[in-house]
Amino acid sequence: MEYFVQLFLGGLTRGSIYALIALGYTMVYGIVELINFAHGEIYMIGAFTALIIASVLGLYGFSEISIIILASIIAIIYSSAYGYTVEKIAYKPLRHAPRLSPLISAIGMSIFLQNYVLLAQTSDFLPFPSLIPEFEFMNPYSHIFSSAELVIFCTTAVAMTLLTIIIKFTKVGIAMRATAQDRTMAMLSGVNVNKIISTTFVIGSSLAAVGGLLIASHIGQINFYIGFIVGIKAFTAAVLGGIGSIPGAVLGGFILGWTESFATGYISSDYEDVFAFALLVLILIFRPAGIMGKSRVQKV
Amino acid sequence: MIKFEEIKKSLFVSLWFMFLTFPIMVIHVNPIDKIVNWRWDNLLFVGCGSFILSFFWRYFINRKKSGLRQSSPVISPLSNIMARLRNDPKLFRTLIAVLAFIAVAFPFTFSTYQVTIMTTVLLYIMLGLGLNIVVGLAGLLDLGYVAFYAVGAYSYALLNYHFGLSFWIALPVGAILGAFFGILLGFPVLRLRGDYLAIVTLGFGEIIRLILENWNDFSFGPSGISNISRPSLFGIEFSLKSSSIFLYFIIIILVLLTIFVVNRLQHSRIGRAWVALREDEIACQAMGIDKVKTKLAAFALGATWAGMAGVIFAAKTTFINPASFTFHESALILSIVVLGGMGSIPGVILGALILILMPEYLRAFSDYRMLLFGAIMVLMMVFRPQGIISDVRRTYELDNKGASG
Repeated sequence: MEYFVQLFLGGLTRGSIYALIALGYTMVYGIVELINFAHGEIYMIGAFTALIIASVLGLYGFSEISIIILASIIAIIYSSAYGYTVEKIAYKPLRHAPRLSPLISAIGMSIFLQNYVLLAQTSDFLPFPSLIPEFEFMNPYSHIFSSAELVIFCTTAVAMTLLTIIIKFTKVGIAMRATAQDRTMAMLSGVNVNKIISTTFVIGSSLAAVGGLLIASHIGQINFYIGFIVGIKAFTAAVLGGIGSIPGAVLGGFILGWTESFATGYISSDYEDVFAFALLVLILIFRPAGIMGKSRVQKV
Repeated sequence: MIKFEEIKKSLFVSLWFMFLTFPIMVIHVNPIDKIVNWRWDNLLFVGCGSFILSFFWRYFINRKKSGLRQSSPVISPLSNIMARLRNDPKLFRTLIAVLAFIAVAFPFTFSTYQVTIMTTVLLYIMLGLGLNIVVGLAGLLDLGYVAFYAVGAYSYALLNYHFGLSFWIALPVGAILGAFFGILLGFPVLRLRGDYLAIVTLGFGEIIRLILENWNDFSFGPSGISNISRPSLFGIEFSLKSSSIFLYFIIIILVLLTIFVVNRLQHSRIGRAWVALREDEIACQAMGIDKVKTKLAAFALGATWAGMAGVIFAAKTTFINPASFTFHESALILSIVVLGGMGSIPGVILGALILILMPEYLRAFSDYRMLLFGAIMVLMMVFRPQGIISDVRRTYELDNKGASG
């Protein structure tokens, strides 16, 4: 039973990180109908920036708490900047191109960013400092649920609440939803669509950076390739919940987290990634619109 | 004359990129010696590079925009040459003869090393043409193409290891198995829209690789399979040198076969159905084309060539392991198709020549190979989505106005 609880909580942590990254996919897809393949790379760059900044600050003798705050803020800023730039270079000129073009361009961008980090930094796994302190009150439970996992879960919850508030109640959020529903109509109503699309990329990228920080400090090591596999998994989560739907992405993240956690715990850990992909294929066969997505009838 | 406004814009772009690349390009922390290595020269490169590139970027974007407005197709000199070749059968025949002569004379004039490289190029031409059926003609973005390649390679390696089957038997078996896996994957996923298809095929490619890596009893895991026998001719075994020449000729013949088949397919009923599906699925179905069947055919045929190429790959290297079948391989094949021109046979050939030979002969580039592939994919999509040599379809003019390009 304890093993089950451990796996359940492990899946919850994992799932909340997938959910954070899946939100970026889902928001972008909702607005421009494009799979942003480079999203995983944005997350990787967030983690790398945090690592670099943290090690530099560490060498210059900053205190631990200021390192955590500064590194996180700078990582989020940089991820957003990368997300913004990627959109401007690889997607914006292709707004009216056939569907295949932005997709290929997105894959190209993803490969480019991976190798950019590989060449500029290193191909080795780098140790990532644990940014999350151990809490004393968690000690009795630490064998099933660590402090790091608690922080991950809480941060995710906060980030999602913030996002929901932004989307539901602010002017930007309303404009985003309007753009997602009907871009032309939104434009006619005075929404600056280009700006809204950029904002979406920036918000999605900063969520990815938060996810990157959390997962990197939880796992303890990063390299240039981490974005690829997590990107696909987060995408799986987004599709699982119904792409374009924000609560769907969160739900999908948790389902994927649990699936992986239980499957590796009870079946085999060699095939960890296979389970995620198999789940993706199954979902797409039986419910292509996802759990919370609406299957839209295509009109001619 | 470059305006002041332009310079200001580029200056801003260059500052932005200097900011953007600062932590990753400039700072390098050595965790063991605890030294920060500030690489300021990189910042200078990025600044100057992005300053100059932003001019080009804007120039080409503007040209593309004005090109769209005037709707006058910008014909590149290369397309011009292609058009002349098509219209002048005499010239075309001469060119073919010259190419055939070069192809035959090549292995006897150059070293084994060069022949091996050429064999690789030809292998990628085959793969590119196969993927071209799926991506270029049918418009289905398949990111797991390498999975079928792996299926072919492993089917030969395993059949050879366990039963001692020869290359010539394995070749059709690999092709059939490739097609079988193509249908196996295609059946569930072809109902999906294009972008889902891309990610599912990507996942499928990874699943195949992970299974090969982890299922030790079946595939010998990451250590792979070695001592795969080279192809023989009617029982005659070759020495290393002549065997690589022999393989070169085998693959030349197969590439010719591929070109022949793809060329015939393109203008056949099913080829036209693929293009129609690519352009407009709903209209296509309304015309009575069976969507699933047509897509499956594309998938299966594409996978057939990958399976065959896999068998040749195994015979060429005599050693395979799962590391040869990563996503990067799929990306490479895709960039060959994208660079050359989706749907165009000469385009794919040219793409393979450029992308395989360039890192081979310009060793300085080989580190930046993947970086370059990524950049090529983005830039081609933004500036020249039709590729270097664009696909020209047979057009039937109905009126004098409809001069289609």
